[in-house]
Amino acid sequence: MATLKLDNVKKRFGQTEVIHGVSIDVKDGEFIVIVGPSGCGKSTLLRMVAGLEAVSSGEIQIDGTRVNDAEPMDRDIAMVFQNYALYPHMSVFDNMAYGLKIAKTPKLEIADRVGTAAKMLELEDYLTRKPRELSGGQRQRVAMGRAIVRKPAVFLFDEPLSNLDAKLRVQMRLEIKDLQRKLGITALYVTHDQVEAMTLADRMIVMNAGVADQIGAPLEVYENPQTEFVAGFIGSPATNFIPAETLGDRPAKVARVGVRPEHAVLADAGTGQIQGKLVYAEALGAETLLHLRLQSGEMFTIRQDGTVPVPADGTLTGVDWRQSREISFGSDGHRTPNESAA
Amino acid sequence: MEKRVTFKGWLLPLCLLLPQVVITAVFFFYPAGQAIYQSLFIPDPFGLSMRFVGLGNFEYLLGDPYYRASFLTTAIFSGLVTVVSMGMALYLAVLADRLIKGSGTYRTLLIWPYAVAPAVAGVLWLFMFNTRVGVVSWYLGILGYDWNHVLNETEAMGLVVVASSWGRVSYNFLFFLAGLQAIPKSVIEAAAIDGAHFWTRFRTIVFPLLSPTTFFLLVVNIVYAFFETFGVIHTITSGGPQQATTILVYKVYSDGFVGQDLGSSAAQSVILLIVVGILTIVQFKFIERRVHY
Repeated sequence: MATLKLDNVKKRFGQTEVIHGVSIDVKDGEFIVIVGPSGCGKSTLLRMVAGLEAVSSGEIQIDGTRVNDAEPMDRDIAMVFQNYALYPHMSVFDNMAYGLKIAKTPKLEIADRVGTAAKMLELEDYLTRKPRELSGGQRQRVAMGRAIVRKPAVFLFDEPLSNLDAKLRVQMRLEIKDLQRKLGITALYVTHDQVEAMTLADRMIVMNAGVADQIGAPLEVYENPQTEFVAGFIGSPATNFIPAETLGDRPAKVARVGVRPEHAVLADAGTGQIQGKLVYAEALGAETLLHLRLQSGEMFTIRQDGTVPVPADGTLTGVDWRQSREISFGSDGHRTPNESAA
Repeated sequence: MEKRVTFKGWLLPLCLLLPQVVITAVFFFYPAGQAIYQSLFIPDPFGLSMRFVGLGNFEYLLGDPYYRASFLTTAIFSGLVTVVSMGMALYLAVLADRLIKGSGTYRTLLIWPYAVAPAVAGVLWLFMFNTRVGVVSWYLGILGYDWNHVLNETEAMGLVVVASSWGRVSYNFLFFLAGLQAIPKSVIEAAAIDGAHFWTRFRTIVFPLLSPTTFFLLVVNIVYAFFETFGVIHTITSGGPQQATTILVYKVYSDGFVGQDLGSSAAQSVILLIVVGILTIVQFKFIERRVHY
């Protein structure tokens, strides 16, 4: 295992800069998740670490050694691809052993390492099968097995679960977490799924249009989003944003105020922070999502406990929240420093 | 729900099938039948009468050293044409696959030779290597090499192989390129991360994944070398010198239409038919087993 360091890493395709400088120090054994919407540059960043894309400027270090110009094979990394990228003409065993065979590892050791990985991933019964004879989840495990047997310094995951169905995704997510705990691997994991990001990450990088908007532990990012984008992207349902002028008595530099759905509650009409009309309510059992249309025309979501009574659709109602729970942003989309002064 | 189209009567399906059946019957079954029939006879030199000889034509052919030599010539010729045209095409396809800029132009230019008819290609190569006025033979002469494919058997064979392969490279190139591009990029990347350098990747990943394409081209190219190279051989060497480039299909022509021995020519056609049939079966039986997935 090893450390990974990105220092102001940028990527340009021709004249267009797509990654505007990302820096992070990944500690040994740390699991970093890069999360962001499609096209934010998260996969490109990962591919630069893998050596599959050239670094335009900045520096990537693995275990203190600069690897910018090293070939993928010389970086001591392993990668799990979104489409698994298994070798279709090889058996599961050969798929996992491929890297070791190339490295001229002794046969006994190959068998031993592949056997251990297969046992860990419950693939022992499938070692002679071809990838096409496996289910999606099994293929996924073979792809991980192929990474594990090589004992690389850094693991790279490129949206490894997006091709699986919802149920399998939850299961594999737990397995990855479990593996990471067992093996203590240093990993960079790219996903667009915030649940994966929240559950797997020791720290996460929230990417937005080529910029690392925020780097931090999942809960810290959730509690304390540094930009409007992060506040809107992390958390489901998304944070509500209200123009500051409709609320009054907010500092002048505050342009918009963010309120998480679970921090807002219904109040009597005419009271509370803001007024709105209930458009529809989604009862999910444990919780109910109330969608309101504010007087300003914007939508506002409240998440309340499933046992709390729900007013009829069309009811005019007040919405209240503790002002200390507000997350306020300046006109540039960044957090204003004295956010919860009140 | 029945997905296939079903017809109520039999008249319409019959009409739809008829053109194909008629074409096959007139242009394939009838001539093949004629060949088999004629192979059992020896016609007189004026074509007025025929004498039934049973398998006499075949007996004579198999004992004829010239005919047996033609088998060897055909094996060498078609082997070389297949290896040269496929090898060249694969090499160019691998290069084109790595190309990002200008790949469209490169591909278009590479496809052009396929549009040239074999006989025309033969004439082009003949001009270039003509012993008196050929550009290439002139330059070879300057370098001190006396090119003369009219007398030298090896040079004659080399020339018809190159001329036959040339147009074929385009065709093979197209298939190889399509095959290469069908290989997921991530698989190659995974192999690169696993430590495989270009040549190792090609040997262990790319080539095995390309094997269905390679197998298909192998069959198609051997059949091409057996039959369609007639034009090239006819224009360049006419089977010479000393029958050094007389492949089986050319011998069918020269014995039948030049030598006027129609019975032997027909018997040769039948043998050729059987040989290609066997070759195809062998290829499918034995080579396909080693074709992955």
